[in-house]
Amino acid sequence: MAAAAAEPPLLALTGVSAGYGDFQALFGISLTVVAGEAVGVIGPNGAGKTTLMRVISGLLAASGGEVALSGRALTQMPAHHIVAAGIAHVPENRRLFPRLTVEENLRMGAYIPEARRRLGDRLAWVYELFPRLRERRRQLAGTMSGGEQQMCAIGRALMSQPKVLLMDEPSAGLAPLAVEQVFELVRRIRTEGFTVLIVEQNVQQVLELVDRAYLLEAGHIRLSGPAAELRENDAIRHAYMGI
Amino acid sequence: MRAAFTPVRLAAAAALILLALLPLVASDYVLHIAIQILIWGSIYTAWSMMGRFGLTSFGHGAFLGTGAYAPALLWNYYGITPWLGIPAAMLLAMLLGVLIGYPSFRLRVVGHYFALVTLALSQVVLLSLIAAREITGGSLGMTLTVVHSWLALQFAEKRTYYGLALVLWLIALAAWRWIDTGIGRVALEAISEDETAAASIGIDIMREKLRVTMLSAALTALGGALLTQYIQYVNPEVVSGVAVSLQIVFAAIAGGMHTVLGPTVGALFTIVLNEGLRILFGTHFIGAANTIYGILLILFIIFMPQGIVGLIEGISARAIRGADATAGAPAARA
Amino acid sequence: MDIFLLEAVIEGILLGGVLALLALGLNLIFGVIDVVWIAYVELVMCGMYAVYWLYAYYGVPLAIAVVAAIVLVALLGLLVHLLIIEPVLGYAPINQLLATGGLLFFLQSFATLLFGTDFRNVGIHLAPLELGEIDVSKARLLAFAAALVGAGALYLFLTRSFLGTAIRAIAQDRDIMGLMGVNARRIYFTTSAIGGGLAGLAACLLVLQYDVHPFIGNSFGPITFMICVLGGLGNMIGGFIAAFIMSQIISIGGYYFSIEFSYVLAFLLFIVMIFVRPQGIFGR
Repeated sequence: MAAAAAEPPLLALTGVSAGYGDFQALFGISLTVVAGEAVGVIGPNGAGKTTLMRVISGLLAASGGEVALSGRALTQMPAHHIVAAGIAHVPENRRLFPRLTVEENLRMGAYIPEARRRLGDRLAWVYELFPRLRERRRQLAGTMSGGEQQMCAIGRALMSQPKVLLMDEPSAGLAPLAVEQVFELVRRIRTEGFTVLIVEQNVQQVLELVDRAYLLEAGHIRLSGPAAELRENDAIRHAYMGI
Repeated sequence: MRAAFTPVRLAAAAALILLALLPLVASDYVLHIAIQILIWGSIYTAWSMMGRFGLTSFGHGAFLGTGAYAPALLWNYYGITPWLGIPAAMLLAMLLGVLIGYPSFRLRVVGHYFALVTLALSQVVLLSLIAAREITGGSLGMTLTVVHSWLALQFAEKRTYYGLALVLWLIALAAWRWIDTGIGRVALEAISEDETAAASIGIDIMREKLRVTMLSAALTALGGALLTQYIQYVNPEVVSGVAVSLQIVFAAIAGGMHTVLGPTVGALFTIVLNEGLRILFGTHFIGAANTIYGILLILFIIFMPQGIVGLIEGISARAIRGADATAGAPAARA
Repeated sequence: MDIFLLEAVIEGILLGGVLALLALGLNLIFGVIDVVWIAYVELVMCGMYAVYWLYAYYGVPLAIAVVAAIVLVALLGLLVHLLIIEPVLGYAPINQLLATGGLLFFLQSFATLLFGTDFRNVGIHLAPLELGEIDVSKARLLAFAAALVGAGALYLFLTRSFLGTAIRAIAQDRDIMGLMGVNARRIYFTTSAIGGGLAGLAACLLVLQYDVHPFIGNSFGPITFMICVLGGLGNMIGGFIAAFIMSQIISIGGYYFSIEFSYVLAFLLFIVMIFVRPQGIFGR
């Protein structure tokens, strides 16, 4: 387990367990994300990747362990306070509001008071990042293509200028070209200085994007390390990259 | 049948004998209450035949009103004896049940949509009764032409009414049991769980649902008819209004619609409560009884969706299991 | 065209205004919270009593009585959500319907307890407006205008304000509202209060035209439901239009037959519509 830098982590999970009813999905997960990093979580279907995201953003209560942002414990907080604390979650399958326009979706991302005060600036900034969204600002979100929806979902999350951006399988259900574009977007976002924790099935692409990654299998962290190392790891190459 | 004289059967027989003998010792007032409990208990039991399988009707007032008015109209205007009028009313009610049921079941109109459709039906009946005020007396209601005889099915003493109410109640219980013990119950439960699966194993969904609906409608109408014969007065709002349709639903659920005696317990509980409050508050506080009743209903739904009887059963089942855990013997199912 | 028929058509349009307001409130609550308040018109009844007691009995100026009534019923809406709806949010829809049904029972009985079963009239009689040979009820006209204003205000609120957008959003995807920093519970409270406020407004309009008594809900309740379902449950625009369709049926039917019979027709139409197109004329 290699440490990226000597800075204290921005986001730290310690021994987090969670599940649904009788079914336990996560067993004592520990991971860290340092400010400015891009960290990936890879693993097969059903490994608990989405559960992990939901615990961090507060949609699901952890049954054990701690989630801390800049040292401040988030574990008992409801989701709507965690957003205010600085974590934004781009959900699996985008989850846009289908019958709201693109602009209305973006506005919803700026619901918290701090973002609302700067709504005009934020909106302008997101439109600059994603000019296509400005073109389609009055279009109903549900009528856009998968790639455009993903763009909108990411833009919506960025409206709150989060300290940590969580992305749950951004490439899911997208055509290869759209997948490329999404990962390009994430690179752009990184250059803006955002810290990203990204959960992905597309192992090849994500390992080329992030600094470090964790391998999550059946609710346990099996491997972690710099992306370059994991790219060369035989087990991962066999199982997840078809080599 | 080996277990012909199980404790439960003996208890039931004893209770039945006691009930039959009640008129010998009870005052007119007690009989009056008992008659109400038996008749409404039958109506609630009839409703629960549909309700327990997910066919929640909010419009049983339609069937109640049909049974309450049809024989009365035939008697008042044509002198036709209720012995003919009541079966006619039951057939009419069954027809209404089919008219609303067949399209509903065919088109998979279920749940709260079914509730609203049946509510609409009861409104149709209610408003038709009021609209035909030349014949029915409209909102003012209609009194039965009083003739005390078996042919007119009207009596001077309560005893005979009590006997009829008892018979009605037993019929209702028997009908409930018939649905419960036959293939019908398995079929209906399968249907209420998953219609597609039920259809795939060959259960004729339409037939089962219609059967239960027709039976429920007919029995409700019968109850309504007996009510009219007893009270000798009928009023559209009382038998077909929104309030009475909801009252039927609540009492059946409060008493527990998954057991044969549940709805009757619901009737017992609500009528006794009502009377008790009426005695306590008199006419000074009209509405007090129903107000408390309303609160209790809300609390019931929130905390006890399985009903009073279901709750008691739950407690006693746990007690039995607890006793068996120490005794080490399998529980005997009553 | 026959003058009286024309009058009936006009009265129908005016009646439709109030029915539309009722349907709006119900659809808002259902569309957002996904629970059917079968006791919604009982809230209207409460509002009507509020106006009656404040204005006709205590002599409070009408304008204040009206505002007070709207606020009171809005609060009542909030209370209903807190005490009755929230506990049963996860239950089967039929049980939710039963819980609000219990509320209906309670409100009607409580009103009987407090006020008795007498019919009470606020005593405001506006002379009819004469347009040529047609008499138009001023009260109905006022109700219609107020209903349009109310509907318009609601529309603007829902589309232009942040809170309004959040309310529309939560109807589309409740689960991720937390991710937007939205306290879903608070949105539900606000929606219930707005629904109550609309009921209060409807109450103020109805009290000009009708006597109030505890069971007045039975006259308006079922028809309001039918309108909502006809327009597509939760579809506010659909309900709005359906209200006018239904009110025309009632008004014109009442002209040719009796008023009860026109309602019978309306309900029969409803039953047929459910079978032919259960999601309503405008439902998705």
